[in-house]
Amino acid sequence: MNTELISGADAFLARYRGLRERLPGDRAIRDAAAETFAAAGLPGRRDEAWRYTSLRALADSTFEEPLIAVSVAPDPGPMPDLPRLVLVDGRFQPDLSTPPAHVEIEGFAERPDFGRLPDARQPMVALNTMLAEDGLHLHVRQGVDAGTVVLLSLAIDAHRPIAFHPRHSIHLEPGAKLTVLEIARGQGTYLHNAVGEVAVAAGATLTHIRLQQESAEAFHLSTTFAEVAERGVYDAFVLTLGARLARTEIHARLKGPAGAVHLNGAQLLGGIQHGDITTVVGHDAPNCASRQTVKNVLSGRSRGVFQGRIEVARAAQKTDGYQMNQALLLSPQAEIDCKPQLEIYADDVKCSHGATVGELDPDQMFYLRSRGISEEAARAILVRAFLAEAMDPVTDEVARDLLEGAIETWWEAQAA
Amino acid sequence: MLAIDNLSVSVEEKAILRGVSLDVPNGQVHALMGPNGSGKSTLGYVLAGNEGYAVTEGEVVFDGRNLLEMEPEERAAAGLFLAFQAPLELPGVNNANFLRTALNAVRRARGEEELDAPAFLRLARAESRRLHFPEDMLKRNVNVGFSGGEKKRNEILQMAILRPKLAILDETDSGLDIDALRIVAEGVNALRRPDFSALVITHHQRLLDHLVPDRVHVLSAGRIVRSGGPELARELERSGYAQVVADAA
Repeated sequence: MNTELISGADAFLARYRGLRERLPGDRAIRDAAAETFAAAGLPGRRDEAWRYTSLRALADSTFEEPLIAVSVAPDPGPMPDLPRLVLVDGRFQPDLSTPPAHVEIEGFAERPDFGRLPDARQPMVALNTMLAEDGLHLHVRQGVDAGTVVLLSLAIDAHRPIAFHPRHSIHLEPGAKLTVLEIARGQGTYLHNAVGEVAVAAGATLTHIRLQQESAEAFHLSTTFAEVAERGVYDAFVLTLGARLARTEIHARLKGPAGAVHLNGAQLLGGIQHGDITTVVGHDAPNCASRQTVKNVLSGRSRGVFQGRIEVARAAQKTDGYQMNQALLLSPQAEIDCKPQLEIYADDVKCSHGATVGELDPDQMFYLRSRGISEEAARAILVRAFLAEAMDPVTDEVARDLLEGAIETWWEAQAA
Repeated sequence: MLAIDNLSVSVEEKAILRGVSLDVPNGQVHALMGPNGSGKSTLGYVLAGNEGYAVTEGEVVFDGRNLLEMEPEERAAAGLFLAFQAPLELPGVNNANFLRTALNAVRRARGEEELDAPAFLRLARAESRRLHFPEDMLKRNVNVGFSGGEKKRNEILQMAILRPKLAILDETDSGLDIDALRIVAEGVNALRRPDFSALVITHHQRLLDHLVPDRVHVLSAGRIVRSGGPELARELERSGYAQVVADAA
């Protein structure tokens, strides 16, 4: 038994020293990541990118390894009847999975390009690179419409804090199509620190819908790097409902002309939850469009963060960028921090951004109630209406039902 | 049906209604007229349960119940309906869903069975047709992008579907053309039964040509200063409020 009282970054580095010989993949890349992570530590307020999201609670905890063997298949919760890939505590479980017919699946850590990410310097990405043990690589061949696959992450209550750092990637060849419904659920205290890499080739379309319903004690950190080639589409939506602290960070770069990126999302938070959606959209090529609509519904003492940067390179003429962040505060103690940033180096572009903060309109509430609708139902109607603009682009019916069911459950839990 | 006794109401310490007493018996239509700022809309809001108004005195009995102790949704379930002077826009809320949610909430509270989506749509379409509303109004968001007249007609559609016992129409006629006015009046007349009453707040005789009131009341500076038969509305149209108010003083 290790009796050293170490926590935070030191504990992760100690874990790496212990595991180093046994971890798969390129050791030089892991060592470099460990060096980066040792130098940076867990990000704190001094890091501009983490100004609004403190990882102090994470630094104070010591996380252990997940159990190796899964003795009982955990309850996955409400789930569409579709091919699914299941990870438990960050490890792929072939026995619980039903692989899709038209998606090729590989273990990620064995891939030769593991760890070669565009921004491995970010501390949480470095931590992932250092300790990633498992993850999946999804590949769709040219011109294939591979339908929908569920990527489910479950955490079992280990009765002690555990940490896992899965590493995923999704590659679509030219003209391919795929919808990924990524669901994260769990029980107990844990850190889920995922890194994903997305490559959308010419004319391909990836629809990436995420539902985060982690346990109320969980830390959920997820960083995605997406690259979209000409006429490609990366259509992403994230719904944050769970975790004590969550950050979904997405970097999407439009590398070829006439591509499109949609990064919509919603955070519904209560209690002492902290939810952060951070995006960087890079327009590197001309005639591309990016759309971001992020809605925050904040009750209790919860805190929402949205940081969105749009970078338009000199070559990216005729860029069409739009970003909107809106917050609905359901309690006087709830708080939103919003930081939009535009960096534009091209001269012929259309870029707009906006942010609003408000409360439920008492006149609208009265109007609904005067028609016989209860106060609670009226509030639910107005909150759903508030979310509509962000949710409407989710046209996949299965995904929509899943998200709406999750919001319904969240709402019932809030009302209880 | 409705018995208002010595009702006083203030907003932010400012007295708006000062001892209003008014009875609307079963089956009757009463008109409430009066100059701007006399407190007509306040009365409508207070009866519907808007929490922005403080009742400082008096009581209101609706269908045998103490109205002022009821939540707005309980009042609706009990059969009270206020057609808003300025209907609210609800972006992101589908009109048909809104109407069905409202109807089923009211039906539940009344111990009636809820309507499923097809049954509701049949009802809503039939009512829309009867009131000469374009059907796409059901598909649009509540009052969003509606013209002033369409908003008023949407109120009447809601009323037709909720089938209240007491309808309070707050200047539903203002901004309507002659045809729309007739449709609104028909909407109210269609509900007329021995156990239906209406309180029609208006500035104009025009609506009252189609919706003949049993009684007309004049509200001025928070008090009912005169009550009379339908001929009082015509007198007001001729001589204006100033004369009537001065005579009453």
